[in-house]
Amino acid sequence: MTNRVTTTQETKATTDAVRLLPRDRLADLFHALTARGYQVIGPRVDQGAIIYDQLTSVEELPRGWTDEQGPGYYRLKRREDDDAFGYVVGPHSWKRYLFPPLVTLARIERDGEDWHIESQPESPVKRAFLGVRACELAAIAVQDRVFLSQAYVDPIYQARRESVCLIAANCTQAAATCFCTSMDTGPRCRSGFDLAITEIAAGYIVEVGSELGASLAADLPLRPASPEDQADGEAARARAVAQIERTLDTHDIRALLMNNLDHPQWDDVGQRCLSCTNCTMVCPTCFCCSVTEVGDLTEQHIERQRQWDSCFHPDFSYINGGQVRGQVRSRYRQWLTHKLATWIDQFDVSGCVGCGRCITWCPVGIDLTEEVAAIRGNPS
Amino acid sequence: MSHQGTVVPPHPWVPHRAMIRRFCAEIPDVSTLDIRLFDDAERSRFDCQPGQFNMLYVPGVGEAAISVSGPGLEPGDWAHTIRRAGAVTRELTRLPVGATIGLRGPYGRGWPCAAAMERDVLIIAGGIGLAPLRPLVRYFLSNPSAARCVRLLYGSRSPDHLLFAEEIDRWRALGLDVDITVDRASLGWQGNVGVVPMLVDRLHPLDPTRTEVYLCGPEVMMRYTTRALLQRGVEASHIWLSVERNMQCAVGLCGHCQLGPAFVCRDGPVFSYEHVAPLLYTEDL
Amino acid sequence: MMARVRPKLAVFKFASCDGCQLTLLDAEDHLLEVAGQVDICYFLEATSRVVDGPYDLALVEGSITTAHDAARIREVRRNARFLITLGACATAGGIQSLRNWGNLPEFLQAVYARPEYIQTLATSTAIAAHVSVDFELRGCPINKAQLLDVLRAFLADRRPNVPKHSVCLDCKRHGTVCIMVAQGVPCMGPITQTGCGALCPSYDRGCYGCYGPCEQSQGEAWGRSLVRSGQPVPTVLHQLRSFNAGAEDWRQAGDSLDNCASTAGPARTEEPRS
Repeated sequence: MTNRVTTTQETKATTDAVRLLPRDRLADLFHALTARGYQVIGPRVDQGAIIYDQLTSVEELPRGWTDEQGPGYYRLKRREDDDAFGYVVGPHSWKRYLFPPLVTLARIERDGEDWHIESQPESPVKRAFLGVRACELAAIAVQDRVFLSQAYVDPIYQARRESVCLIAANCTQAAATCFCTSMDTGPRCRSGFDLAITEIAAGYIVEVGSELGASLAADLPLRPASPEDQADGEAARARAVAQIERTLDTHDIRALLMNNLDHPQWDDVGQRCLSCTNCTMVCPTCFCCSVTEVGDLTEQHIERQRQWDSCFHPDFSYINGGQVRGQVRSRYRQWLTHKLATWIDQFDVSGCVGCGRCITWCPVGIDLTEEVAAIRGNPS
Repeated sequence: MSHQGTVVPPHPWVPHRAMIRRFCAEIPDVSTLDIRLFDDAERSRFDCQPGQFNMLYVPGVGEAAISVSGPGLEPGDWAHTIRRAGAVTRELTRLPVGATIGLRGPYGRGWPCAAAMERDVLIIAGGIGLAPLRPLVRYFLSNPSAARCVRLLYGSRSPDHLLFAEEIDRWRALGLDVDITVDRASLGWQGNVGVVPMLVDRLHPLDPTRTEVYLCGPEVMMRYTTRALLQRGVEASHIWLSVERNMQCAVGLCGHCQLGPAFVCRDGPVFSYEHVAPLLYTEDL
Repeated sequence: MMARVRPKLAVFKFASCDGCQLTLLDAEDHLLEVAGQVDICYFLEATSRVVDGPYDLALVEGSITTAHDAARIREVRRNARFLITLGACATAGGIQSLRNWGNLPEFLQAVYARPEYIQTLATSTAIAAHVSVDFELRGCPINKAQLLDVLRAFLADRRPNVPKHSVCLDCKRHGTVCIMVAQGVPCMGPITQTGCGALCPSYDRGCYGCYGPCEQSQGEAWGRSLVRSGQPVPTVLHQLRSFNAGAEDWRQAGDSLDNCASTAGPARTEEPRS
């Protein structure tokens, strides 16, 4: 089994002949994964959206479904074809599986007046993510920096990350909320995957991104892609680029935001924002969390549980004496400046990958690109 | 079954067991606990620079970030001076000597001692802010060549709230210059009455070009004290202060303690005033 | 610790449905554990045994709707070292606080054959509007686990561990898809305090605010946004004015929307805003 590092190597796909997995043989990819012991996590329709869940077969893929998105708006729609990857991104992100929303860090057993603590590493589950978008590959790379490349490594993320196989899917369309081109993260999957596919009428154009990907490809009934297939693939990927309307001007954005910490726009957005935490929860890079003590009745057995938390939660910044960020405006400012500015100081990369989830899943449709534009258009 | 043979390290959020070895009531609501790690290897590994902090843990209640106020009375013990404020600190100061608690650390960047070389050192504390500065005072007293001269300015609410009063007397006996002020005098108090910035205003002589300041106290006290120091011509890059924020993981992974670009747990708690001033002066950052 | 005198507990009922007291009884085994550590001196729903105060802990259910109850709660407060209110009635005035927007004489005429025998206040108000309260436990009804934590916290002399964030945080942790965004269903989750585990949205139903406003609830921004996206003002008002109608943020939000309604234009039909 390969180490994670090898899977992020740049591919030599350009020198290989372009190959195609026929449309009716997608199940072979599924079986190649399960034969290697992978649990396949992929898209399926649930609760009126395309979510990521454990799949038992390719029959569960959202064939013939797409999504329509806008600020505070998401609807499933029928497609005219039966594409399996003909949607953009939904409410879930892969961070749910790498940085789980709830995890037990340690168990404490009391022994009279004394106590003992136990912290067992999770038993590793091999997961294959099927249908990872370019912006999501970028988001995983961002969280790799957060959890794996600082002085302290998060072992839960590390163990899960090292066991993951990434099957990327190039976007063949874009939502009204997408702006990956502004963040230089997509829509084309460039690196960080084991296999990448582009869905066209004839099937799936396959690119290999790692040794694991090459080994998977070797098990698939691939045939050389015809010039027409290749042109279809190019056209499909170009369609996604052409459909992206939203932009975020990132020029000198760090200085722009940090020099405008008292801009009246923060008051304006503070009047509209519900501080409900949704944007941070759907964001594929947000990593804030809290630990709570969960005791049983007699408090003989206690678990230290880590849960997703949010800088929009008023008590998130609480210290004795009060909340540091006690207003909605200051919490929105914290989120936006962290995501787009101070993240760069901390991790040498933007915290935003342009997936647009925070725009779509904001119940009142606040659009960070508009907030930034308002500050840029009228700096204080 | 071990997958890929990767050795998964213990989770950095998991505390080690430790014992409360000594309890000393200091002033109202403040006590010092001497704490010793159980595990021999952990204990011999543990070393702590002035200004660093530990996460102390009480099962069923939670963790709190507590600065280390120096080595304890016995070798291998470390003193933690704790103000009863939240649930964890209340419980910590209620537990009997001999009780098992959790400890992980030390964390953060402490006071930059080397910056004091050849300079006039001002150590300025407000209230319990003296606790993280105590190891620094002791460092200078035992290393006379580490600075040209050292002076302590200390303010508290009242004479009854003067922390480490007996030790301050010993420091004076060892030659440390100490100026003390209280917000409210009580009967018999003959010292200064007023806030800490007043002590700064009255400092004489003060050569601002060769002064190095180490400052810890409530945020509002630090704000006015730095203002007074700047007015006396002390350079912002030679003022160091310790910042308090909500800390949960202490290792830069949970996001709670952010102050602009800084994770206070990892990049602080001690910062150069020059770097942190624009952040401290922004409302609610 | 076991040798010490057990704290005296009393449970008082004001205008309410008894549901929150039932939550306490419903705790069953857990209640026995609690009962072992306290001396239940006054809890008419459970036992006829009555021991006089003063009490160490008074649990209060229900709102204040009569002059008699307004006097009685002051007596309860005087007799209690610690007073904790339970449920939407006690913490916000309950569903009966809808009378605060109505015409009491009209109600009395419509409902009672002999309205002259009814002595009641024109309003239903939270306990905290009358006496100081040490802790408010929200919910309609309250959550059993939270209640037990509050009791354990009292016994351990610590603050209760009751989170104050929005329901949305729980939906997202559970992986529940936002029904407001994906289905256009009005949902109070963004402005409601957690406590139920985000139950309703997981059954395709909008949150209806049982636990009242979350900390710094943005009721007015929420209501305005719904109206902007095509929800009729009466529908939004109906949501804000329910079990927790009397909670400060929602009362203000509802009144503000109500005042603006006359000047607002016709509601648009739902469409993606992009």
